[in-house]
Amino acid sequence: MKRFALAGNPNCGKTTLFNSLTGSTAHVGNWPGVTVDKKTGTYKKCPEPVQIIDLPGIYSLSPYTPEEVIARNYVLDEKPDCVINIVDATNLERNLYLTTQLMEIDVPMVIALNMMDAVEKSGDKIDEKELEKRLGVPVVKISALKEKGLKELMDKAYAESKSERKGITVLEESALGHLIGDVKIALKGQNVQNPLFHAVKLVESDSIETEMHKETVQMINEFKETFEDEVFGNDFEALVADARYKYISKNFAPTVQKKKKEKFSMTRSDKADKVMTHKIWGIPIFLLILFAIFHLTFSEDFLYLGAIFKLPSLEDLGLLTAEGEPINYGVRWLACIYDGAVFSPGVIINNIWNDMLVGELFGWLGGLVEGSSMSPWAIGLINNGIFEGIAAVLSFLPPILVLFLFFSILEDSGYMARIAFILDRMFRRFGLSGRAFMPMIMGFGCSVPAMINTRTLADEKERTATVRVIPFFSCGAKLPILTAVAGAIVAYFHVGNADAITFLMYLLGIVAAIVSVLLMRSTTLKGETPPFIMELPAYHAPQFKNLMAHLWDKTKHFVKKAFTIILASTIVIWFLTHFSFAWKFLEDEEINQSILAGISQLVQPLFTPLGFGSQLGQYGWVFVVAAVAGLIAKENVIATFATLAACLVAVANLNIGGLDIAAEEGIDAVQAMILATGITVPALISFIAFNMTTIPCFAAVGTAKAELQDKKRFNGTLIFWISASYVISAAIYTIGSWWWTAFIWAALIAAVVCLIIWHNKNAQKKALKKV
Amino acid sequence: MEKTLDLFQIGEGGIVKRVSGEGQIKRRLFDMGITPGAEILMRKRAPLGDPIEVTVRGYELTLRKTEAASVVMEVAK
Repeated sequence: MKRFALAGNPNCGKTTLFNSLTGSTAHVGNWPGVTVDKKTGTYKKCPEPVQIIDLPGIYSLSPYTPEEVIARNYVLDEKPDCVINIVDATNLERNLYLTTQLMEIDVPMVIALNMMDAVEKSGDKIDEKELEKRLGVPVVKISALKEKGLKELMDKAYAESKSERKGITVLEESALGHLIGDVKIALKGQNVQNPLFHAVKLVESDSIETEMHKETVQMINEFKETFEDEVFGNDFEALVADARYKYISKNFAPTVQKKKKEKFSMTRSDKADKVMTHKIWGIPIFLLILFAIFHLTFSEDFLYLGAIFKLPSLEDLGLLTAEGEPINYGVRWLACIYDGAVFSPGVIINNIWNDMLVGELFGWLGGLVEGSSMSPWAIGLINNGIFEGIAAVLSFLPPILVLFLFFSILEDSGYMARIAFILDRMFRRFGLSGRAFMPMIMGFGCSVPAMINTRTLADEKERTATVRVIPFFSCGAKLPILTAVAGAIVAYFHVGNADAITFLMYLLGIVAAIVSVLLMRSTTLKGETPPFIMELPAYHAPQFKNLMAHLWDKTKHFVKKAFTIILASTIVIWFLTHFSFAWKFLEDEEINQSILAGISQLVQPLFTPLGFGSQLGQYGWVFVVAAVAGLIAKENVIATFATLAACLVAVANLNIGGLDIAAEEGIDAVQAMILATGITVPALISFIAFNMTTIPCFAAVGTAKAELQDKKRFNGTLIFWISASYVISAAIYTIGSWWWTAFIWAALIAAVVCLIIWHNKNAQKKALKKV
Repeated sequence: MEKTLDLFQIGEGGIVKRVSGEGQIKRRLFDMGITPGAEILMRKRAPLGDPIEVTVRGYELTLRKTEAASVVMEVAK
């Protein structure tokens, strides 16, 4: 099968073209060794099927970013049958800069002049025949968006792929033309493939090339000594870049006939940008957009209609039975949309999906299994292990999809780049760039996609730091733990307000993230703040087709990861809670004999400084069991509460009065646990804090491992999560129990900060001495 | 008059004279089209004062002041 590679700048419509060409055959994977997306698909309308490879979007073939190195190596080493270089016709100059580099490689090539519809709309004209003549490479006008010219493009590429093409350069006439020619001949003599490309890169002192052709470097260095340019001295890298742009402005730019004469006129995009990044309104608008996204996704009172109009609940309307169940099927549907307030779209989708579709399906399947003649442990494994695991994965889908959709809209419209622009100043204080914001905020939905999203960060250290703090942005699965424990604190001790506790815990997570990043960036992940030189693409309305393709990509990625790891972890938990060390199958209430309880009793003393260890006595292990189950998957903690409470009732003869320990929210279950153990309020808060900041779940651990690549960094991440949660929880418990310990903590923190500053100063001095 | 890009007022334009600095940042500036002779117009500052947004070669580019400081410009009259 022939292989065509798509190459071009970011934001030039490459993804749109790829989607149009390959349709449903698209497949997303990783380039070997790095976490950069590799998209492939098949185009079927040529005489034979063609494999299309979407190279990462790049501005240049320099050796500095993984994307550039991948694109470069692919074209050089894998030798595609044709390179389709997509050029944004509305921004010819900068786009052709990459073209001039690609042209130097000995590979058939076609230029796709994209966004011709936008050019024509603005009244400009491009003489593509003239451009083709001047470039020496075929040019085809297309509109990827309107799917115009695609057939012509592919036919041209197919025709080109049948013959060979030798690289040509625009640098021939430049001051370095002769040197490049000489180096090329020398390389050719050594039987080097693509001699022209390598010659140019060698002259540029490209770090990859100088490694590869050590002998030839000598030749260039000799020339360098005799060379002196009045602007650049002997900085050949600068000279080459300059020569390319000069050639483009002189020879290619004139093929464009601009309609308007004034250079910097206001387009619609400029006008929109004036508002969106306004000096005063920019930040409030950003906060408002962010709030709107979360409101639309998670709010159970859409536009606060319920609160404003004091709408009646379903119970008030007499639509619920005495047990609080909807009276008929119609009301069940209504309950997905309304209960004393209209739900936001995200919640409605979530309710319908979980209560009506997934819930029904697994209820029915569970009934079938229950009624079968299988042994009790097999029924338990299938119903509570496997089915619950699948249902858990599926139940995560709606909020994540809705959140993804909004983020894709931000990305596609061009606003995402502006968010980075607005926030960069703030993030730089913590040693990150504005781009780190997006993955972090996605952490509120689920850590797994958030960690995958860190791929937009170019700097490895910045990426590692971001991956590590993502779990501190409390994800959807942690919220039920928060509401259950906070609710129980209020109900049992009659102190505080559950919403306030929840809110403060979210805040604690954010503060912990900021402090951790600061700490890491000044100790183990020290490094220069990565540069922030970024294109701000023009605003445009998001394309439905693109959004869906985007959404589909992300969903596939998530489901693949989630299905394997989350499913496996629920089965592991089920196994650990339903079998004893003596290999005996246990009923739910016998959790105290389970393997998990055994392990928990063993490690219980470790949790003493956190308030839920040895001091809780005989039944104290219940909190440890919940916490340990949470390390595997946070959504399991609530389920564990219920079984633990049931077990306490059975084993400890606990008198729980009117508590309903099986209730879904888990508040009563936690109260039963408080009753049995006598745990204090600070210890309960410490318990929540521990759950919020420790190892998030197996799925996130697996993702972190895949994303970080480096084994040391991954192990460091695990140690970081464990120690961060331990220290934070211990501080909360001790200060909450004995206020004066705050002074000890303050002194400790001050000592650590001084130590770091002193150490860094010393290191600086040493570095200076060496110089 | 010569001055570095980070010192430009909003609406001020000029032509790149040279780019100082080293390695990756310098190369990146070149790749993005900030080469001697390129016309640059200072568009705006971010709400917190930094980074800045400029128009170069017909598109919008954002860069930090520290990075803009290595771009030496000839101010247009």
